[in-house]
Amino acid sequence: MTLSPYDLKSNYGDVTPIDQDDGPSPIAPIAYSTEYSTAMAYFRALVRNNEKSKRALDLTSDIIKHNPAHYTVWNYRQQILFTLDENLTKELEFVKGLARDNPKNYQLWHHRQVIVEKLSDSSKELEFINEVLDDDAKNYHAWSYRQWINTHFNLWDDELPFIDTLLKDDVRNNSAWNHRHFVVFHDLDAIDESLIQSEINYTKEKIRQTPNNISPWNYLRGVLEKSSRDIQELESFCKEFTDNDINSMGWLVDIYENRAKNGDDQAKEDAIKICESLANKYDTIRKAYWEYRKDEIAAPSS
Amino acid sequence: MSSSTTTSNVLLIDLHVKYIQSLDKKRDTLEYWITEHLRLAGVYWGLTALDLMNHVDALDRDDVIAYVKSCQWPNGGFSGHVNHDPHLLYTLYAVQILLIEDAIDAVDVDKIVEYVSDLQDKETGAFKGDEWGEIDTRFSYSALSCLSLLKRLDAIDVPKAVEFIMKCKNFDGGFGSTPGAESHAGQIFCCVGALAIVNSLHLVDGDLLGWWLCERQLKNGGLNGRPQKLEDVCYSWWVLSALSILGKLHWINKEKLFEFVLSAQDTESGGIADRPGDMADVFHTVFGVAGLSLLGYPGLKLVDPVYCLPKHVIQRRGLAERYKV
Repeated sequence: MTLSPYDLKSNYGDVTPIDQDDGPSPIAPIAYSTEYSTAMAYFRALVRNNEKSKRALDLTSDIIKHNPAHYTVWNYRQQILFTLDENLTKELEFVKGLARDNPKNYQLWHHRQVIVEKLSDSSKELEFINEVLDDDAKNYHAWSYRQWINTHFNLWDDELPFIDTLLKDDVRNNSAWNHRHFVVFHDLDAIDESLIQSEINYTKEKIRQTPNNISPWNYLRGVLEKSSRDIQELESFCKEFTDNDINSMGWLVDIYENRAKNGDDQAKEDAIKICESLANKYDTIRKAYWEYRKDEIAAPSS
Repeated sequence: MSSSTTTSNVLLIDLHVKYIQSLDKKRDTLEYWITEHLRLAGVYWGLTALDLMNHVDALDRDDVIAYVKSCQWPNGGFSGHVNHDPHLLYTLYAVQILLIEDAIDAVDVDKIVEYVSDLQDKETGAFKGDEWGEIDTRFSYSALSCLSLLKRLDAIDVPKAVEFIMKCKNFDGGFGSTPGAESHAGQIFCCVGALAIVNSLHLVDGDLLGWWLCERQLKNGGLNGRPQKLEDVCYSWWVLSALSILGKLHWINKEKLFEFVLSAQDTESGGIADRPGDMADVFHTVFGVAGLSLLGYPGLKLVDPVYCLPKHVIQRRGLAERYKV
């Protein structure tokens, strides 16, 4: 980073920089980065004078590049942009440049959202988000922002193919499964039997490809929740995996527990047996959980 | 400054106390200055860890109170440091610090209440983090926790706040940052904690969420924050606190988690890192210590899982333990 312009009297000769107030009981001497401290001293001075100018904007660019989590500087930058009626499309480039090294910075994402909302233009957004997800397909900020873009601009058409691609890369990507739920069920009027069936088929296929992957199992629960269908119908599917997939065993516990509640003693016995093998063999780290399930099932129904 | 290669199977309290005390003496490093915006959070993290380790006096009480006061703005909010903008997160930290020091009267409480309640969106019940409008369930928690600690929940629309939080509940039983966002252990702590504060835990499916939470424990004993992510000491807090509030703390394998957290200690310079071998920081130090406290690690004071403050502070404040389900 270059912060030398602030040393130039020609640019800042009229500004008296304000040194850092370290709060009570400061300890001297301070020898931290002089570039950064100089920039901050000028920043404090410009804020005090409420100066919204091109040079103030440049100063915020430099400070943010050095310290992207400095939320106060971001806030001031936003005020300058709007006051000067700056080219906001250019601002998107600035944010994009920063996102490469700081993809998990809260301020950057919120700033982008404010700018895009003001621009009323989403044309660059999916491409931008895709680039970030290309580096880290589970970036929480990117996904949340994507959902805002989907909703705010009613942009849904690219989503399922995009999710497919991601799940082909990594079928364990929980963020992609969550987004699938968000997209598939965003329009409550579009939910019908054929949609439910096709989601069940899709998910079953993914589970068969890669056992011991909790995300599609959770998704399956989410799909069933949106329909009037019962988990009982998944018994034979779950049995395809018994003994090599903890999730399918857990589902069988749920399925048999339901049946046991309706007086099926065989199902009760089966559910208890699976809980025991999960507690003692397959999922021992969660022994207490499976013992809790077992006790709940074994207890005489009140 | 490199993290040590040896590990310890006990909590190195004296070393961690020294580490926290040393944090304010690193003013010759750039890192100290570029973390300036969250200095107040650092004080809360450090002080809470110290109190849980029975060393609250390791930071000078008068200095701490004076520093917190210096971060309050005329509108009632607090900033992360002098000369930064006020924000809800730092406002909660300020209140938490002052309660630990039993000095809440040192600041203008009515102005804090005004600042926090003004951040609620009247339509949705959500909370903004500051006047710039970012929405997140972290802010719902911050607001409810802060006003509850100040005994001023009457200042906001609680049913609306709950309504927004419930919109962030997902099909897997967890909660995200905004409606539809992926379940994440940090957000789950915020949502479950907030619901506990306003006696609304009946809205949570405790068994389903409890399963999701205990499913976060990996073979090495550590906890992750989402499926298929790496384990991290801070989730010892986010996951455990939520499980504790739901009354299901024992679903975690305690010995294995002890082992994991203790192995992330820096045995030379003190502090706890996100995972073994990484650099320690005060954030992971407090959440490691708080997690150990929840699990009943010997020699630590008890922590309150809802407020993330030592339990004695909550008792002194006369706040009820509302989180028993």
